[in-house]
Amino acid sequence: MEKLHDLQQAFQAKIDADEKIEPKDWMPDAYRKTLIRQISQHAHSEIVGMLPEGNWISRAPSLRRKVALLAKVQDEAGHGLYLYSAAETLGIDRETLIDDLHTGKAKYSSIFNYPTLSWADIGAIGWLVDGAAIMNQVMLTRTSYGPYARAMVRICKEESFHQRQGYEILLTLCRGSEAQKEMAQDALNRWWWPSLMMFGPSDKESQHTEQSMLWKIKRKTNDELRQQFVDATVPQAEFLGLSIPDPDLKWNEETGHYEFGEINWDEFWQVVKGNGPCNRERIKARIKAHEEGAWVREAAMAYAKKRKERATAAQKVA
Amino acid sequence: METSTKLGAYLLRLGDNTLVLGQRLAEWCGHGPVLEQDIALTNISLDLFGQTRSLLQYAGELEGKGRSEDDLAFLRDVREFRNCLLVEQPNGDFAGTIARQFLFDSFHYLLLEFLCDSTDKHLASIAKKSLKEVTYHLRFSSEWMIRLGDGTEVSHHKIQAALEDLWDYTGELYTPDELDSEMAFLGVAPDLNKLREPYLRKVEAILDTATLRKPASAFLQMGGKTGRHSEHLGHLLAEMQFLQRAYPGLTW
Amino acid sequence: MKKNWPLWEVFIRSKNGLSHKHVGSLHAADAEMAIENARDVYTRRSEGISIWVVESGNITASSPNQTDALFDPANDKVYRHPTFYDLPDEVKHI
Repeated sequence: MEKLHDLQQAFQAKIDADEKIEPKDWMPDAYRKTLIRQISQHAHSEIVGMLPEGNWISRAPSLRRKVALLAKVQDEAGHGLYLYSAAETLGIDRETLIDDLHTGKAKYSSIFNYPTLSWADIGAIGWLVDGAAIMNQVMLTRTSYGPYARAMVRICKEESFHQRQGYEILLTLCRGSEAQKEMAQDALNRWWWPSLMMFGPSDKESQHTEQSMLWKIKRKTNDELRQQFVDATVPQAEFLGLSIPDPDLKWNEETGHYEFGEINWDEFWQVVKGNGPCNRERIKARIKAHEEGAWVREAAMAYAKKRKERATAAQKVA
Repeated sequence: METSTKLGAYLLRLGDNTLVLGQRLAEWCGHGPVLEQDIALTNISLDLFGQTRSLLQYAGELEGKGRSEDDLAFLRDVREFRNCLLVEQPNGDFAGTIARQFLFDSFHYLLLEFLCDSTDKHLASIAKKSLKEVTYHLRFSSEWMIRLGDGTEVSHHKIQAALEDLWDYTGELYTPDELDSEMAFLGVAPDLNKLREPYLRKVEAILDTATLRKPASAFLQMGGKTGRHSEHLGHLLAEMQFLQRAYPGLTW
Repeated sequence: MKKNWPLWEVFIRSKNGLSHKHVGSLHAADAEMAIENARDVYTRRSEGISIWVVESGNITASSPNQTDALFDPANDKVYRHPTFYDLPDEVKHI
């Protein structure tokens, strides 16, 4: 008992001194579990997030836009992979994590349960969704778990073009025809609120925030990040000539921040619970890819095994 | 027709091959059998789109009507596309995609090897860059042919079936028509008759290692190069060209 | 038979003159595939010119429990560092 207490104290002391925790270091079970939950949730979000944007790769309106979008969605696959790798250092394998996604045991960012209806949605996702994600990810480059922090550094470096890609799409639409402008405004109307929800429940409601801050897994609260996002994004919308769909939005001279209206938390929880417009489709698409890939993965393993055996046999003969 | 116009027409064949195959491979993005292979297929797709852009830009220049790469990609209809039938075939399962890729890469590699020495300097420089990429594509698809062929019973069966489905479309690759012959005469492109043997040798060598049978097909489908396509291409274009067609004349 | 592809650790040399550095991990059925996957996953932005892969299970790591025993004894061997030795400033190139 005494020993466990010492370990815990040493662990927290390390965190307090801003030292990183590495895979083989002692860590409290709850810390490990929290990390597995959070990192895998993050990884799943990258992978499921490929689907709404992937929906427009085949229809991108120019070759330049097509390669940019394709490279961006591919990056998301890469980011999912880096994150699964980081989670695997905690002693859980990717297959288990993926099973948890497919059975609904693990969550992913609820924003990806909304449909991409027009090309402007691709712009809005890059600008708003990636913009919101970056706020969170930049914070996570300083997270206390070494492999997670390193994955985040890599991800942030690569993400830098994503938001610009999205904003450029919208800028082009906003400088284009009436129909294109309408497309852009409609996309902003549909993606604004879900983007604010991406930061998670408000601090009063968030069950994980306090402990995660203490462990320096998170370094800013949901509400802090959300405010930071609104402050950064409103002027960008103004530059585009688009209006944010929030009648309560206003600049507060005293605080130096924008005030904004109440988020529809019922909608948020409905989508989290699986009742968003695309929850079922998204998971179905993931399961389908995984199941249809099973024979491919098996074949590669079978061949690798055969080849190893042949090499061993050849060595014996020699 | 002037030589430059003919060269432009020939470039459309090359550029449409890479465009249509790139578009097909991009369909896998987000749906691959495993994350690592999802990324690999997308990389090949991106290489092919890169090649497409160089080729179509050059084709547009030679044509001299002021058409951009996007005009050519998004505003021509089925009968104006000049890609071979092989690349427009649907993805099917992973075996279908790999077999199509392997059959095309084997040809693409030999073609580019020659094009690096093309008498047309600009085409030669595009080919040099492309050859590096396609060397990797061929390695990737060859290894997967072997893995699937010599993997499990299921994978062997699937990849053999895919080969049977696609084999008929390989003849077009190495059978020259008038334009091919003219390009060969000018030293712009290879004599396709001379690519036939090395192509079949290359393909058969991998099929052997992969424990696969070369399909014994008597008939070879032709037509892509002159705009007589399978039904699949129209659907691919309808999707790819949707925005440009629905909202004509805009900048995206 | 094991159906899932094993985990591989990836090390990349970003340019000649530097050593290979651990960049992360991935799954692959065999070593060739691991190299190719590493190329596709970890060098999409020209991050490397040489790749090493090693199956994660083949790495032997020191244990953090032994950190003190392994590494503390080196802490007081200051005579292994050049600054331990006092030389007058006039002496150059040493």
